[in-house]
Amino acid sequence: MTQIKCKNLYLGYGNNIVVKDLSFSVSAGEYVCVTGSNGSGKSTLIKTILGLKSPISGRVEFCEGFTKNQIGYLPQQTDFQKDFPASVREIVLSGFQGKCGFRPYYNKTEKDFAKQAMSKMNILALSKKCYRELSGGQQQRVLLARALCAAGKMLILDEPVSGLDPVASSEMYNVINDLNKNDRVTIIMISHDIEAVKKYSDKIINL
Amino acid sequence: MIEKFLMYWEFPFVRYALIVGVLIAICSSLLGVTLVLKRFSFIGDGLSHVAFGAMAVASVLKITNNMPLVLVITVICAVLLLRTGKNSTIKGDAAVAMISVSSLAIGYLLMNIFSSSSNLSGDVCTTLFGSVSILTLSINDVWLSVILSLTVVIVFMFFYNKIFAVTFDEDFAKSSGVNAEAYNLLIAVIVAVVIVLAMNLVGSLLISALVIFPALSAMRVFKNFKSVTICSVILSATCALIGIIISVLSGTPVGSTIVAADMTAFVIFFMIEKISGGFVRP
Repeated sequence: MTQIKCKNLYLGYGNNIVVKDLSFSVSAGEYVCVTGSNGSGKSTLIKTILGLKSPISGRVEFCEGFTKNQIGYLPQQTDFQKDFPASVREIVLSGFQGKCGFRPYYNKTEKDFAKQAMSKMNILALSKKCYRELSGGQQQRVLLARALCAAGKMLILDEPVSGLDPVASSEMYNVINDLNKNDRVTIIMISHDIEAVKKYSDKIINL
Repeated sequence: MIEKFLMYWEFPFVRYALIVGVLIAICSSLLGVTLVLKRFSFIGDGLSHVAFGAMAVASVLKITNNMPLVLVITVICAVLLLRTGKNSTIKGDAAVAMISVSSLAIGYLLMNIFSSSSNLSGDVCTTLFGSVSILTLSINDVWLSVILSLTVVIVFMFFYNKIFAVTFDEDFAKSSGVNAEAYNLLIAVIVAVVIVLAMNLVGSLLISALVIFPALSAMRVFKNFKSVTICSVILSATCALIGIIISVLSGTPVGSTIVAADMTAFVIFFMIEKISGGFVRP
């Protein structure tokens, strides 16, 4: 079942075109890796899929009832998040914000789901801890739990293991692989890690 | 000392100053957390200078009730600054610096050319440092402040979780379907309202201190967003109260005294952090 079709995409900034005539499709349950050198337009591609940027030309189509709201996103960490005073629970719950509309507070179902997502990511014990005091691997799992709260059918991950040590990296890959194999979550992941790309992915998009 | 204070309490202007002062301290600290975290601290500074320029224009036009005019001009500038922040030709911080310096200069220029007052530097000093104006509030100013600050508090509480989501991670919020642009706009408008309110208390130069200090202090000790927000509100209100009481009793300038109180609080919180290594409140 195809979820996303990209047709003749041209991406870039202003007059500077970095991706030319790119077409591909992503099916449910696939594990897709996006590789390429710095500045080759990997982040631009996923931001276009997420609707954060518009393509210069070409289009992104969502197929067979799949919508943009069913994509969870794991962005790269920004500098200022590293000293942000927020508890793990607050961050994970913020994944529901898109579904809240004008409702100001989270309801019971959402809180329970957040708990499940945290225990799936093995961070339930940390739920009251401060985000900035966690290790890099724990922080990534917090953001992954938040992405799961936002949507569970597809995850788009922007270099999920950048800055992690080898142990934390392989844990992260295992968690992502479990989500893909056990929960049938479609994965689109940007990675520089050729070994992991070969080992896990069903499809490689090299820009 | 208590007798002296009770004596001053008889004067309505002292009561007005206390009410308005505490309300403004609460509003500015509510936003302070978001602004500091979003690296928007200078928007507060820039907008306070815009408000100064607007006040100069109002006084040149001989408008006695200048609050509505100043409010409108500052809100417009806040929205514009946020727009230019997205424009790549002039980066956000440069745009803030540009608008801030220009409105300060134009404001002073206008006051210099058109002022009918014989004590120009005194007028400018008052607008910048707000040393007198909070003691000259009329009952209308008090009501306007009460209504505006209640609105700010209610809006903040209603959108608390959304403000958190947008502050922590704008890209993620957008991708999950939150209208981040709208909430940034909302934040800019509230900031403008709070700054115009705070001009009456501490003047345009010291507003940044009122916005930033309570949040920074609270962040020394508390480790989650809710506690930081609550703590900075309580801290800011307390500092404003203490500052106003001290300045009434000992005749020091109101704005500077409040900021001195905020600075003292910061030093205390900084020491607590160093001694205890910080603690988490569940």
